[in-house]
Amino acid sequence: MALTLTHYLVLSFILFLVGTAGVLLRRNIIIVLMSLELIFNSVNISLAAFSYFLQNLNGTIFVVFSITIAAAEAAIGLAILVAVYRRRRTVYVDELDEMRG
Amino acid sequence: MIEQFFFYMFAIAAVVSAVLVISVRNPVHSAFYLIVCFLQVAAIYILLRSPFLAAVQLFIYVGAIMVLFLFAVLVLDIGREQFRERFHGQTVPALAAVAGLFVVMGILVVSGKITAPLGPFDEPALMKNTEVIGKSLYTSYIFPFEVVSILLLIALIGAVVLVMSGQGKENKG
Repeated sequence: MALTLTHYLVLSFILFLVGTAGVLLRRNIIIVLMSLELIFNSVNISLAAFSYFLQNLNGTIFVVFSITIAAAEAAIGLAILVAVYRRRRTVYVDELDEMRG
Repeated sequence: MIEQFFFYMFAIAAVVSAVLVISVRNPVHSAFYLIVCFLQVAAIYILLRSPFLAAVQLFIYVGAIMVLFLFAVLVLDIGREQFRERFHGQTVPALAAVAGLFVVMGILVVSGKITAPLGPFDEPALMKNTEVIGKSLYTSYIFPFEVVSILLLIALIGAVVLVMSGQGKENKG
């Protein structure tokens, strides 16, 4: 039995779940950003897998753009993190509640 | 058969390192496990006959993004509070949300069926992977390509402005 699309989709699915759990569970905002990168990667795997199994190149091109956007997102996210740390001296998400209604 | 063996090896390593990313206490260890996970994902791209993506993954994720993360951990000096509680107080609703996502996405993955027609890029056509991607990127995708370059410029300026804000005034005054 050869590798099918479902193999790659299940791998992407598990990585997405782990990333979501990291975003929702961890207090440290740096780990939250890292979990976000995990989610990006899981989506990229599924795009590349669809691209290969449908023999269509659009998915691969999308992955290239998605990686570029992820780089921009990481830069902005870490800049915001540095700005927040300067003001509040904390990196824990449950202490950053200034905008809570 | 050998491809399956390698797929399972890379997949299991990726999942284990991903779980370690969100469960270890020290952010530096998390960053290193994330690098391991990205390397496995690059190997998965090679299994998907896409060495260009694997190279891009290595250059951008491991070479740029993770170095940025490690610099952030270094600059912010947050390793000292690593023995405090890792998870915040809303663990139960968060776990419930993840379980719900598991059920919904699991049903979608298992019951999904492909009906789209196959494209022209079969395995022999993908042998020249980088050339094919480059041609497509510079012909049919030239407009998104330029837009992304502008977006990267905006992100660059935005990051500088966010980090520099407040310091410029002090220097003037």
